[in-house]
Amino acid sequence: MEALVSIIIGVLTSCGVYLTLRGHTFPVVLGLTFLSYAVNLFLLVMGRLTIGSPPIIAEGMSGYADPLPQALVLTAIVISFAMTAFVIVLALKAHLEMGNDHVDGKHKS
Amino acid sequence: MINHIVIVPVILPLLFGILLLLLQNYSIQVKRILSITAVIVQIVAVTTLLNIVSSGEILTYALGNWMPPFGIVLVADRLAVWMLLIATLVSLCALGYAVRGTDAAGQHFHVLFQLQLFGLNGAFLTGDLFNLFVFFEILLLASYSLLLHGGGRLKTKAGLHFVVINLVGSTMFLFAVGILYGLLGTLNMADLAVKVANTTPENVALIRVAGLLLFSVFALKAALLPLYLWLPSAYTYTTAAVAALFAIMSKVGAYCILRVYTLIFGAQAGPAANLIEAWLLPLALATLIIGILGVLASTHLRQQVAYLVVASIGTLLIGFGLNTPAGIAAGLFYLPHSTFAAAAFFLLADTIAKRRDEMKDKFEPGPVIAHKRLFGVLFFMVAVLAAGLPPLSGFIGKFMILQAALPHPALPWILAIVLITSLFTLIAMARSGSMLFYRAMPANYCKIGPDREVPPTAMALGKELVSIVGLLLLSVALLIWGGTITEFTMATANQLLQPDDYIQSVLGTGVIP
Repeated sequence: MEALVSIIIGVLTSCGVYLTLRGHTFPVVLGLTFLSYAVNLFLLVMGRLTIGSPPIIAEGMSGYADPLPQALVLTAIVISFAMTAFVIVLALKAHLEMGNDHVDGKHKS
Repeated sequence: MINHIVIVPVILPLLFGILLLLLQNYSIQVKRILSITAVIVQIVAVTTLLNIVSSGEILTYALGNWMPPFGIVLVADRLAVWMLLIATLVSLCALGYAVRGTDAAGQHFHVLFQLQLFGLNGAFLTGDLFNLFVFFEILLLASYSLLLHGGGRLKTKAGLHFVVINLVGSTMFLFAVGILYGLLGTLNMADLAVKVANTTPENVALIRVAGLLLFSVFALKAALLPLYLWLPSAYTYTTAAVAALFAIMSKVGAYCILRVYTLIFGAQAGPAANLIEAWLLPLALATLIIGILGVLASTHLRQQVAYLVVASIGTLLIGFGLNTPAGIAAGLFYLPHSTFAAAAFFLLADTIAKRRDEMKDKFEPGPVIAHKRLFGVLFFMVAVLAAGLPPLSGFIGKFMILQAALPHPALPWILAIVLITSLFTLIAMARSGSMLFYRAMPANYCKIGPDREVPPTAMALGKELVSIVGLLLLSVALLIWGGTITEFTMATANQLLQPDDYIQSVLGTGVIP
């Protein structure tokens, strides 16, 4: 499962990097979203992958899932959500003010 | 009880920000008074803190009484409080300029201003790496909105670049944090310092990767060479008061570099010791060169000041990059100087631009401005400050950095680059000053409309200039109390290079009464 998760993170990151380097605002926003998905998954996995183990102390359990990465990833998700909303509004504003959706405000050559 | 003073600079702007949000239908005067009061109270609190920590004591504050390394901890040592003092002083001056009218261009200026301070103060005080990320996001989100304050095409374009590059930076930050947590199981900076020093050999490579990823994030915030491109346009096109506040924002990156790479990856970090020593000094020198080339090539004054900010980051990080007590102390003296000078210059450029009709602050012959002598003198003083000429504080800062560089093996490079760039700054300042003030034409030769603004009264002029003069006086204060301040920055540098005190006071904290 570790291999599968790392492949997913890798694919998400590379898609994110590729899209972030595009010239139009919509792919850039999508790319930033992919990057934040990748990093959220990465943070979660940093607590090691476990199945069926509780994050809080319980009777008769020996292994525990690390609760801290889950808390961290929750914070990161909220922040990236807010940032995505902001950057979408900003991209719309740029589109309206500059008349096109190029990140430099230029027309397609 | 006394420990609660540590959280005041963090909680106060948050509460005032919320209060200002609730009072959004009240008149702008009420908001202005509240906002200025909030900043003044913060300055009082920070001064009290400074009195406590200047003895060398390190105050810690465990939030929610969760003991470190498990809970989040705020740490007030000399460096943190020094940065807080600079930030609050600059923001008071920026606010003093903003209340002249720029704050009325959007509804939530004062809310955002307080939240920006919340993020800045939190970033300086926190002792936890993930919490540092959260405060970064708070200050960035506030700064995105402040940058766009007032609207306009150029602001939107600069703002879009600024937001996208910083979001990529935030992602890198999280990757670095994730690696460190996955390997070491902690994010408390003091605990990280202990764990990095005692790490097992198979983790060393990944820890170094995480450390260098963090460095690239902080270099982005500080606008170090390959990552400086967002700064000039963002600082050029935003409103002057916001640009003046942003003068401290790029110093947050420099602060984080100093904090993380003396505490976690410092000389005592075992296998990851002095991680960025090989990178910081060359990059700082290159940033200084690029900044000065930008200063020379600028077509208008605001842009020139923005490139001066890039150059000053270069000079500052040369001091930090020397990695000696004297170098860091010199950098910590140069830091407030460069912040005050840049803020004053942004505000002055705006007042000059307002008086040159459609020429704004372009370096082209324009109309003779009202009160030209007064503005000429102010420009001269700020230019002397920025170029680092005697007798003002810029000279002392640069001199201290060069003096600290004397035993360094790269001395010829440092000397040559710092001195030649100073000469170029001087040339650029002389050129822009003569263009703005000497090559001006009487009004009837210029194509100007009949609706030319009437020169303001002395009272209005005084109110407009009070922030600029305030910032200049702060620079003069750096000069007058130079001895005391140098002793303080020297003590700060020694405290930073012996992180055992910091680690002990964080990890050995008792329960707060």
